[in-house]
Amino acid sequence: MTFHDLAYDAGKTDFQRKAEVIGVGREGELLEVAMGPQHPSTHGVFRMDVVLDGETVVKLKPVFGYLHRNHEKIAENTSYLGSMPYTDRLDYFCSLTNNWAYALSVEKLAGLQVPERAEYIRLITAELTRVLNHTCLAGFLLQDMGALGTPLMYAFREREKILDLIESLTGARMMCNYMRFGGCRCDLPAGWLDAAKKVVAEYPRFLDEFETLLSGNEILMARTQGVGKLSAELAINAGITGPMLRASGVDYDLRKVDNYGIYSRYPFRVPLGSHGDVYDRYMIRMLEMRESLKILEPALKDIPEGPVVDPKAKLRGFRPKAGEAYGRIETPKGELGFYLISDGSPNPYRYRVRPPSLINLTILEDMCLGQTVADAIVTLGSVDIVLGEVDR
Amino acid sequence: MLGTGILKGMVETAKNFAGSYHDPARLTTVEYPEQRIASKENARQFPMLIHDTEDPMKGLRCVACQICEKECPPQCIYIVKSKDKRADYKGQMQFYPATFDIDISVCMSCQICVEVCPFESIKMNTEFELSNTDRFGGLLIHKEQLAKSNEHYRKIHPTEAAASDAVLAAEVAKAQAKAKADAEAKAAKAAAEAKAKADAAAAAATPAAPKPSSPAAAPAAAPAA
Repeated sequence: MTFHDLAYDAGKTDFQRKAEVIGVGREGELLEVAMGPQHPSTHGVFRMDVVLDGETVVKLKPVFGYLHRNHEKIAENTSYLGSMPYTDRLDYFCSLTNNWAYALSVEKLAGLQVPERAEYIRLITAELTRVLNHTCLAGFLLQDMGALGTPLMYAFREREKILDLIESLTGARMMCNYMRFGGCRCDLPAGWLDAAKKVVAEYPRFLDEFETLLSGNEILMARTQGVGKLSAELAINAGITGPMLRASGVDYDLRKVDNYGIYSRYPFRVPLGSHGDVYDRYMIRMLEMRESLKILEPALKDIPEGPVVDPKAKLRGFRPKAGEAYGRIETPKGELGFYLISDGSPNPYRYRVRPPSLINLTILEDMCLGQTVADAIVTLGSVDIVLGEVDR
Repeated sequence: MLGTGILKGMVETAKNFAGSYHDPARLTTVEYPEQRIASKENARQFPMLIHDTEDPMKGLRCVACQICEKECPPQCIYIVKSKDKRADYKGQMQFYPATFDIDISVCMSCQICVEVCPFESIKMNTEFELSNTDRFGGLLIHKEQLAKSNEHYRKIHPTEAAASDAVLAAEVAKAQAKAKADAEAKAAKAAAEAKAKADAAAAAATPAAPKPSSPAAAPAAAPAA
């Protein structure tokens, strides 16, 4: 449906819809606004076609695809290894977790075993990524509410410390391309563990500061509490995963459910929300960061010596036997899964990504109806999308 | 009381503002063109080709096997194999790249070419100030610009370069041992053929098991070192 269709059809269906949603008999003049793709609050090239009655949203249609680059078809035409750097570009804030999800499904397909040390490195890098992503999200969310600069700059200052760790390990700040089938590309450089321990030990200080700055702030509460509510039932039916689902009070975390990697060795709690509003989604992320730090602290001490890659894994001429596999992990945004079908050739026959950002975005309209435009922007911010992953 | 949350937040902001004047943990930026943060040892930008001799074009390790060209995910490498052969670092006759171009406007710095190269010849450089006024020709890098000396590689990635040198030294040792064994076997064979004497026949039994010379001595002879 194009924007013109929407405008044409707005005349009849939206009037009825508006009456249902707002429950007002008076029918004002409706206004269609295309927010994006250049709007600064849409987190990239994303458009919301909003139909407004005054300031109230009566219809909202997310339009995406501006950043489509044919990731799945490219992957079907390149070798298994060749897709690994492309997975970095899905959710470019969390390339290490993307790598892990893809490596996990190829390992299932090819039956590779990951050495102990590599499992630890994966856990550590994934939790660092989670901390990094949630820190940035809090900054961006506040920016969407009009707190221009301050929280975002503080968040970016702390993110830089984790990015430094990631860069000294993988060679790149964002496009890491670090995991390999059956392990990791290279071992930790000398002194990396001490640097990581230092960052992890100092991080709670920043979180305390950040929470003093934000969590009790009356403006933030007024802007987020009761805004963008999502019921548990709707969240489950729409296939929402990650912090969005847990903010609605559903206890579902793949780290607990699937027990992939070595998560079962470290006790951590899964924070749950009760209202399913934007404030809950914000708080869930703040709490998850603290839980991640609780996992990181002992993991950085326990990491054993040893090889970082399965000796059976090979770089060139990698041909898994025919079959199919679905590997999924809990990324900071939700369940990221890769579904692969192999026909025994060097390229996958089918390569499908289950992106959490896209599926979490599908219920945007349900969360925004009947609220103001400003609330719609905050709600979008709390979904935590990255357009690289939505459009693929 | 309404407003206390905001006031507490303002105190936090003030702490950060004041702290940025004396606490390095709160002021982390540098004035870029004048001050620079040292590059990380693992950092990577774009590929380079390693050469061992004075003349970069004569000493390229690349043998134009075109594996990197095939494996490169965005297909940014273009190689034309030479017609003739020349001796490589261990004296073996090999092809060399007549053309080796990398389009760095396409390259995504994924390092897969480095991982798949069996000849330790393509490595990642750390140079990042590559802006150019010509967006097509200026970003198509030819082998003349790609060639970098092994000393440069050792300087930017010391750990990795040491491992790479060890691999090459082992290769050279293996090649030398093989050459020596071959020469001995050949000499012995010639000797055996030339002479039909009984004592010569007895001598021919000795080179039947030519042992490679001790590998410990060989790395010193590597031209890379």
